[in-house]
Amino acid sequence: MSEAQADTAPARNEPASHYLAATDMRGGYGKVDILHDCTLTVDKGQIAVIVGPNGAGKSTAMKAVFGMLNLRQGRVTLDGEDITALSPQERVRKGMGFVPQVNNVFPSMTVRENLEMGAFIRDEDVDETMDQVFDLFPVLKDKRRQAAGELSGGQRQQVAVGRALMTKPQLLMLDEPTAGVSPIVMDELFDRIIEIARTGISILMVEQNARQALEIADIGYVLVQGENRYTDTGQALLADPDVRRTFLGG
Amino acid sequence: MDILNAVVAILNFVVIPAAAYGAQLALGALGVTLIYGILRFSNFAHGDTMAFGTAVTILATWGLQGLGISMGPLPTALLALPVGIAATAALALVTDRAVYRFYRVQRVAPIILVMASVGVMFLMNGLTRLLIGVDEQRFADGARFVIDVRTFREMTGLTEGLAFKTTQALTLVIAVLVVWALFWFLNRTKSGKAMRAYSDNEDLALLSGIDPDKVVRMTWIIAAGLATIAGVLYGLDKAFKPFNYFQILLPIFAAAIVGGLGNPIGAIAGGFVVAFSEVAITYPWLKIAGYLFPAWQPEGLLQLLGTEYKFAVSFVILIVVLLFRPTGLFRGKSV
Repeated sequence: MSEAQADTAPARNEPASHYLAATDMRGGYGKVDILHDCTLTVDKGQIAVIVGPNGAGKSTAMKAVFGMLNLRQGRVTLDGEDITALSPQERVRKGMGFVPQVNNVFPSMTVRENLEMGAFIRDEDVDETMDQVFDLFPVLKDKRRQAAGELSGGQRQQVAVGRALMTKPQLLMLDEPTAGVSPIVMDELFDRIIEIARTGISILMVEQNARQALEIADIGYVLVQGENRYTDTGQALLADPDVRRTFLGG
Repeated sequence: MDILNAVVAILNFVVIPAAAYGAQLALGALGVTLIYGILRFSNFAHGDTMAFGTAVTILATWGLQGLGISMGPLPTALLALPVGIAATAALALVTDRAVYRFYRVQRVAPIILVMASVGVMFLMNGLTRLLIGVDEQRFADGARFVIDVRTFREMTGLTEGLAFKTTQALTLVIAVLVVWALFWFLNRTKSGKAMRAYSDNEDLALLSGIDPDKVVRMTWIIAAGLATIAGVLYGLDKAFKPFNYFQILLPIFAAAIVGGLGNPIGAIAGGFVVAFSEVAITYPWLKIAGYLFPAWQPEGLLQLLGTEYKFAVSFVILIVVLLFRPTGLFRGKSV
């Protein structure tokens, strides 16, 4: 099997050693496949970024990793365990956290309650995790009694990320976390994401703001029409003239 | 003195009856709004759920009375209430399993669930009539008044009397307790918060590991409890007649929509808005005008609308709200 994969995904040498390895994913929503032999891997504490043009299947690839899409081919392993057949809820219990792009908070509930709901599956005391989230996003501590729906876009994204962190995930997946926020808030969010990765949590995220996202990426995937086009470190992709010309606007 | 008499008359004929009626509507509207918020459809069978719960409670009351058990000044029906709630919750859960779940797993459009609930309404309608018949039943026992007209007159020396029925006092006390318990459950317990989360954002609730089946079950049990309590209080205050419970569906929906469907605080406010409008518009204000403006001799009774048209008030409120503020006073979900 590994010989067959070698030519489609040259960056991946030993699949079993990656914390997350989604290999040769093929699938879509209806009869038409959106993903074609798409491979994504993330190591412990790494930031992996998926970029690419509109309609390249970036969010679809992320949903496939999270089990929200039926795969026709390929497998997903987390920490060496095959989770291809698990539902998204079961993957949350295995250590995955997912922040959807939109509708990612409980708008009528307070910030604190949003975080509590994030920790719903945990029976033990979650105050410590909540304090860690408040340390990461101090503004949420001030607004903890306010309804999440009343917050600004950037603050709402922080609630959404905080909610996903409440299960103490080992892999945090973010679907366009900076969509619709101002450039200042975007920089701040990226800083927080780096901080989260430093604690040993792996990050897999889809980003529209390709240049900024690749700057913080340990590994970058450029997807085109559901296929891996380029895979390298973020810096190398930024330096690659082909990638720059085609996807980063010069 | 005349102003005092006018105040007493307003209390006696408008404020007290409307407050009790409003509390009953609020409890009914709370059930409707919970189901709308969580199961995402307007449950037309809610009025007949109230009727079924009340009918079972009446049967249990008769049973207790037959055994010679009573609660002194309080109506025996209060003791029988848990039986009614349990039976209604069981019926609601069976109905969900047999009817609504089939549509829910297919994620059908809400209107299909509404139509299914109309079918359930007719079924429950028939079930209640089979159980207890179509006639009017009076099942209030115990003391009739907290304050009666004569005692009040003797106490105050006013010409105008004031009556405060036990059932009205009970309605207000029980409504306050039930609403407090419901809000405590929704805001303080993990299960209650899970219900709110599911109502807010179903997909995110699933991602957070909230069990949808458990949320649905809890919703039906709570809605059945609210419906039975509302129905029994209404029946104690007025009388039980299955057809009246079908009719009360309109003011209950008006209350839930006025407050904003899916919003519990809105349902309570809506209940009182509808009840006070209905009573104030159908009350003949001639006597009170006589106290306040003795010189004025109006021709009619100063009654804006005959009591037989009271449901028109709910209709008008409903239409005005839907036209000008479809999300209701407290920003519920748009209808």
